Amino acid sequence: MLTLTCPYCGVKAEETELAPGGEAHLKRFGPGATDEDFEGYLFARKNPKGVHFERWRHAYGCGKWFLAARDTATLEVFGTYPAQSTEPPADLIAKIKAKRPGWEGYK
Amino acid sequence: MKRYSVFAIAREALRYHQGWERAWASPEPKSSYDVVIVGAGGHGLATAYYLGKNFGITNVAVIEKGWLGGGNTGRNTTIIRSNYLQDPSAAIYEKARSLYETLSQDLNYNVMFSPRGLLMLAQTHHEVRGYLRTVHANTLQGVSTEWIEPAKVKELVPIINIDGPRYPVLGALYQARGGTARHDAVAWGYARACSAMGMHIIQKCEVTGVRSEGGNVTGVETTRGFIGAKKLGIVVAGHSGQVADMAGFRLPVEAVALQALVSEPIKPCMDVVVMANTVHGYMSQSDKGEMVIGGGTDGFNNFTQRGSFQHIEETLRALIETFPMISRLKMLRQWGGIVDMTGDRSPIISKTPLGNCFINCGWGTGGFKAIPGSGWAMAELMAKGQSPLAADFGLERFREGRFIDESVAAGVAH
Ligand SMILES: Cc1cc2nc3c(=O)[nH]c(=O)nc-3n(C[C@H](O)[C@H](O)[C@H](O)COP(=O)(O)OP(=O)(O)OC[C@H]3O[C@@H](n4cnc5c(N)ncnc54)[C@H](O)[C@@H]3O)c2cc1C
Ligand SMILES: [Zn+2]
Repeated sequence: MLTLTCPYCGVKAEETELAPGGEAHLKRFGPGATDEDFEGYLFARKNPKGVHFERWRHAYGCGKWFLAARDTATLEVFGTYPAQSTEPPADLIAKIKAKRPGWEGYK
Repeated sequence: MKRYSVFAIAREALRYHQGWERAWASPEPKSSYDVVIVGAGGHGLATAYYLGKNFGITNVAVIEKGWLGGGNTGRNTTIIRSNYLQDPSAAIYEKARSLYETLSQDLNYNVMFSPRGLLMLAQTHHEVRGYLRTVHANTLQGVSTEWIEPAKVKELVPIINIDGPRYPVLGALYQARGGTARHDAVAWGYARACSAMGMHIIQKCEVTGVRSEGGNVTGVETTRGFIGAKKLGIVVAGHSGQVADMAGFRLPVEAVALQALVSEPIKPCMDVVVMANTVHGYMSQSDKGEMVIGGGTDGFNNFTQRGSFQHIEETLRALIETFPMISRLKMLRQWGGIVDMTGDRSPIISKTPLGNCFINCGWGTGGFKAIPGSGWAMAELMAKGQSPLAADFGLERFREGRFIDESVAAGVAH
């Protein structure tokens, strides 16, 4: 069973306490954007087989959104961080790189 | 290919069954083909079959990284129906359902199509309204479905509890010619027919790259070397994003796990398929007597073919209330598949940004029922550059906002 530590309340929450919210760090495009950008924002997803950054909500806990790094091919969780981050924190990236030397990095 | 028939059985019975030949050949790959299909699931094999049967294109290879039918085609709960809401869906799913009616004869392979009747229970007033709308839509589309009252549901499904306190049965959307088929046999039957037409089915060969020149595909890199292709069809379900990435484009698809389970075999107790979408559960009884049960998908990306335990628990909890007699059944096996979900829950059968490269994916939780129709449309698209059945399922629909929204009509995995 998937367990993620909520970066706000510090609770080690298991899956049934959490609500998944899809890919993290999507750049929002709205009125005035090109069709490509708007389509990309709404529909195109990285969907990687491997390291993935995602949004989660501590739905049955503190109720807050947070972000997590997880491997979709092994279900290993690398860490969680606050939803206010615009990109994954450097120490988390370093930790993932150490565990997955072949990983191309966050882009 | 030696035909299967009652005479063949009699002949073989007289010679200790020594004369049965292999159902399909395992040839060495040639250096190039007119058409290469990636993925020997039902959709890839059906595409190859109709390329040969409808268009005479037989210089075809189907390349599979594992064993044929080992993906979602061999992992699904085999529900076949065509009671969808939107016109393009009704057209392709009904085409598929009608092809299933004669598929065993067409392939000379018993796919055990069993149009035993299918009920989608309405357990909330919203669902009653929704299904009445679907019945009206189906009437206009020429798909035969009807609305039935609770008493009729009870008559068709004696083991059901229609007045449960939490999930009362208020009626059902009934498709009398919906049902099930044997999933492996569908893959095997198409594979045998393809092999008989001289096509190559190359198993244990993973596609690792797509080569192109001047914006057109030229072939694929594989674990068994480069294989040239004038046209390429990508039909890999859960791994569509990965192979599309090799071909240089992105997809509006995410991969998630969907699970199913079967009980120990019991005496015949239910001769229809019952889906309960509000509670995310559905059930049918296999010919061996096992109750075949499926539920909802997990909400997060996953490539492990392993789902979350609580989904099984939720499914069973709800089904036990609707079918009290299953509460003491032992479950024999549970498994998962990686399904390819699109934003509007409808498939993609499309040209791609790469020339002569086509993609068929996004069938998500419900593509087994579509295999013959999907292969038919994909073959036409690849052979002629367009197909009426596939027209609305192009990739560009996401940019243009022309969704084929089936997420309301089909709220559950099936
Ligand atoms: C638990 C479960 C229950 C379901 N129940 C139903 C149901 O009741 N009714 C229904 O209609 N549908 C159902 N479905 C959905 C249905 O199974 C799928 O939509 C359908 O089987 C997809 O077929 P396919 O041929 O596209 O994919 P698959 O059968 O998955 O075939 C794709 C193939 O591509 C191969 N491949 C992937 N990457 C590569 C590569 N790089 N190189 C070479 N080969 C590659 C894979 O190994 C695989 O064999 C269910 C699915 C699941 C998981
Ligand atoms: Zn919290």
